[in-house]
Amino acid sequence: MGRITLDKVSKSFGDVNVIPPLDLTIDEGEFVVFVGPSGCGKSTLLRLIAGLEDVSGGQIRIDGRDATETAPAKRGLAMVFQSYALYPHMTVRKNIAFPLKMAGMPQAEQDAKIEAAAKVLNLSSYLDRRPGQLSGGQRQRVAIGRAIVREPAAFLFDEPLSNLDAALRVGMRMEISELHEKLKTTMIYVTHDQVEAMTMADKIVVLQAGNIEQVGSPLDLYHSPRNTFVAGFIGSPKMNLIEGPEAAKHDATTIGVRPEHLDVSAASGLWKGRVGVSEHLGSDTFFHVHDTGLTDVMTVRSIGDVAMRHGDTIYLTPQADKIHRFDAAGLRIA
Amino acid sequence: MARAVTNQRKTFNTALAWGIGLLIFFPILWTFLTSFKTEAAAIASPPQFLFFNWTTENYGVVLQRSNYFLHFSNSVIISVGSTVIGLLIAVPAAWSMAFVPGKRTKDVLMWMLSTKMLPPVGVLIPIYLIFKSVGLLDSRIGLIIVLTLINLPIIVWMLYTYFKEIPVDILEAARMDGASLRNEIIYVLTPMALPGIASTMLLNIILAWNEAFWTITLTTVNAAPLTTFIASYSSPEGLFYAKLSAASTMAIAPILVMGWFSQKQLVRGLTFGAVK
Amino acid sequence: MSTQHSRAAARIMISPAVALLLIWMIVPLALTLYFSFLRYNLLNPAVGGWAGWDNYYYFITNPAFWAALYNTIALVVGVLIITVGGGILLAILLDQPMWGQGIVRILVIAPFFVMPTVTALVWKNMFMNPVNGLFAHMFKAVGLQPYEFLQNAPLLSIIGIVSWQWLPFATLILLTAIQSLSSEQMEAAEMDGASALSRFWHMVLPHLSRAITVVILIQTIFLLSVFAEILVTTNGGPGYASTNLTYLVYVQSLLNFDVGGGSAGGVVAIILANIVAIFLMRMIGKNLDA
Repeated sequence: MGRITLDKVSKSFGDVNVIPPLDLTIDEGEFVVFVGPSGCGKSTLLRLIAGLEDVSGGQIRIDGRDATETAPAKRGLAMVFQSYALYPHMTVRKNIAFPLKMAGMPQAEQDAKIEAAAKVLNLSSYLDRRPGQLSGGQRQRVAIGRAIVREPAAFLFDEPLSNLDAALRVGMRMEISELHEKLKTTMIYVTHDQVEAMTMADKIVVLQAGNIEQVGSPLDLYHSPRNTFVAGFIGSPKMNLIEGPEAAKHDATTIGVRPEHLDVSAASGLWKGRVGVSEHLGSDTFFHVHDTGLTDVMTVRSIGDVAMRHGDTIYLTPQADKIHRFDAAGLRIA
Repeated sequence: MARAVTNQRKTFNTALAWGIGLLIFFPILWTFLTSFKTEAAAIASPPQFLFFNWTTENYGVVLQRSNYFLHFSNSVIISVGSTVIGLLIAVPAAWSMAFVPGKRTKDVLMWMLSTKMLPPVGVLIPIYLIFKSVGLLDSRIGLIIVLTLINLPIIVWMLYTYFKEIPVDILEAARMDGASLRNEIIYVLTPMALPGIASTMLLNIILAWNEAFWTITLTTVNAAPLTTFIASYSSPEGLFYAKLSAASTMAIAPILVMGWFSQKQLVRGLTFGAVK
Repeated sequence: MSTQHSRAAARIMISPAVALLLIWMIVPLALTLYFSFLRYNLLNPAVGGWAGWDNYYYFITNPAFWAALYNTIALVVGVLIITVGGGILLAILLDQPMWGQGIVRILVIAPFFVMPTVTALVWKNMFMNPVNGLFAHMFKAVGLQPYEFLQNAPLLSIIGIVSWQWLPFATLILLTAIQSLSSEQMEAAEMDGASALSRFWHMVLPHLSRAITVVILIQTIFLLSVFAEILVTTNGGPGYASTNLTYLVYVQSLLNFDVGGGSAGGVVAIILANIVAIFLMRMIGKNLDA
C-alpha cells in the first residue's frame, strides 16, 4: 500500500507550463520530501497527486491503479494543509470524525478510531475544544489526526511547519518522523526548508522550475550533488562555488567546496583572504572571507571556537577529496 | 482618533449630533406619537407633543376595519418568500463564482449587477401584460417572482463577497475527507457562511418589504402588501391622521428594527464593493 | 481547486441564476422594444399595426416629455446635492468623539428603512398639509399664512421628501469611508501644521472622492426611478410639474393604456439609465480587479 508512480506527468496553467513531463516513483512506506525554492512546483506536484488539480498530461498510478481521473476523496490519500484547514465550527472530535462520517462509518467504530488517534497525538484532553481555542502545535496535531483516522495509502504534507515558530518546528519535526516510524505509511512532504528535508527524508526530490534536479537519499545529495543547483541548495551554509582559473586547475568549469571542508590557518594554506564578518557560536565558527580572488565571499565553517576576527588574514585549504567538479553545463563531473 | 479630546469639545459634538439626529428622526417619532392620539388631538393647534391622552384605539380600528392583517401577511410572505427562493438560486451561483472562478466569472458577476440597474418602467408593460394573460396580476406568487428576480443580483453579490472570505483550503480539506459537493456545502460551507447568509437574508427582506414600484403596479386588492395598502390611504377621507400613524407605525416597525442590525450589510450590499 | 469535476459542477450551479436573469432581461426588453413600434392601445384594441417611429415621435414631442425630463434631472440633481453635501457633513460629525454615537447613528439611519409610501404620506399629511400639518402650525405661530407646499412647489417638496429618505444612505457610506481613513495620516498632517480646513480639503475630501462617486452613481440609478413618492403626494401634478420620466411612462401605460407610447417611453428611460450605468459598471469593475 502506498506505492505511487508519476508517469510523464505535466501541468500547465493556461499557456504557462509549470511542470514539464516528469517521472517519479515513490515506494511503499517511504518518507519522500519535495524540496526546492519558491515557485518550483513542489506544492503543485503534491496537489496533482492529491487530485486537487487536474494533470495536463501523463498518468498517476496509486498501487498500480490509474488514479489520474479519480476524485480526490477516492484516491485513498490524506492531506495535511499548511494552514491546517480545520473546520472552525466543529469540535476537535468532530473534525477528526468528519472523514469517517463522510464514509458512513457507524458511530461506535468512529469513536474507537478517534480515541486511538487522539492517544497517539496527545489530543485526548482537547477533544471537546474548538480549533480557535487551540495553539498552533495543537491544531497541527488535530490536522494530522484527521488524516490518520482515514488510514490512507499515503499522507501528503504541504509545508505543515511553516506556520509554527522555530522552537515548535523542531519538536514537531521529530513528532512527524516518529509518527512515520510508528505507522510505516508512505509520506510525501513538501517544504522549502532543506534542513527539514535532510533530517526527515528517506528520499529527497529536489525541484526547480518544475524539473526534477535530483532524486536520492539525503546523504547522496550531500556527497554527490548532480549539478550546481543541487550543490548550492543542499547544505547550510551553501557550498562555495568557484569558477575561472582555479576551477580549470581541476579540469572543470566550476568547482565546489562546502564550508565545512575548508581547513583554516593563520599562517599558511592554498588560498589567502581577509576575514569579513565572523560568527562565533561556541560550537562552531563561521567566517565570511573576502579578497580571495576566487569568489565574492567564501564561507568557512570551523568546529569549536577559532580566534580570528574581522580584518585578520586567513589561509584556507580545501580537503582534496571533498572538491566537487562541474562542467560547463553545471553537471557533475565524476 | 485615540487621543485625549477635551470634554468641552466632546459635549459640543454630542449636542450637535444629537440635535441633528433627533431632527432627522423626528418625522418617525412624530408618527409614532401621533398613533396614540385621538384624531382631534392629532390635528390640534398648537401641536401636542407628549402630554395628551394616550390611547390605543387607533391600532384597534386599523386592525379591525381594514384587512390590515391580510396586507401585513402579504408583505411578510412576499419578502420572506422572495428571499428564500433567491437564496436557493444564489447560493450555488455564488459558490461557483467564489471557489471555481473562471476567466468569465468577473464579467458574469458584473452583468448580473447591471441587471439591477434596469429602470423598472422599461419593462413595466411587458411584465404587466404577461402577468395579465397568465393570471398573475394581483397574486402573491407573481410578486414573489418579480421581487426574486430584481433582488437576485444583490443576493448573489453579497453571498459572493462572504464566500470569498472563507479559506479555500478548508473546502479542499472537506473534499479530501470524502465529502461530496452536496455534503461540502451542507456540512462545511453553510455553517461557516451562516452569519453572511443571515445578513444577506436580512437586507433582502428589508429591500423586498420596502419595494414600492412593482408591489404597487402589479397588485390591487388581494395580494397588495403594505406598500400598496398605505398608498391607498392617500386619498383624503376626512380626518385620519392618527389612524394613518398607527397603520404606518405597524408597517415600518419591523423593518426599523431589522435595519438597525443591517447597517454594515447595507454598505456591503448596495455599493457593490466599491466602498469598503 | 479548479479541476474538471469542480468546473463541471460550477457550471451547473451557476446556470439557474444566469438563465433566470437572462430571461428576465431579454424577454421583457425585447417585448418593450417590439411594442414601442406598434400601434397598440388597450382601450382601443381594434386599432393595430406597425407604427414605426410614430410612438417615439409623439412621446418626445409631447410637452409632457420635456417637462418630465427636466423634472427627472432636477429631482436627481437636487437630491444628490442635498444628500451628498449633507452626507459629507454628517459623516464628519458622526466621526467625531461624542457620547452615544451608536444611538445617533440609529437616529440618522432610520429614514432609509421607512417604506417610500409611508414616507410620502407622513410628509404630505402630517407636515406639509396646509391646514393640519406641523409646518402649517409653525407658520401660523409666527403669524404667517401656511404655505401650500405640494401645490406651489411640488417638485421641490418631493426633492425634500426623497432627500430625507436617502440622506442616511449617503451618510452611512461616507461615514464608512471616513472611518477607513488612517488616523495616523491625519495626525501627521496636523503635526505638519495643517489647519482643520486644509486637512479637510487636502486629505479627507480626496480620500472620500471615491466613495462620493459611488454614492452619486448608485443614488442616480435609483433616483431616476422615483415613483411611489410622486404617486402618493402629487400624482405628478399640478399639471406635469412633478412628473418624472418614470411617472410619465406609468401614466401612459397603466392609466392611459397606451402600450405603444408607454413602451417608447420605457425605452427612453432605459437609455437614460444606461448612460449612468456604464460609468458605475466601470467603477465596480475596477474594484473587482482589486
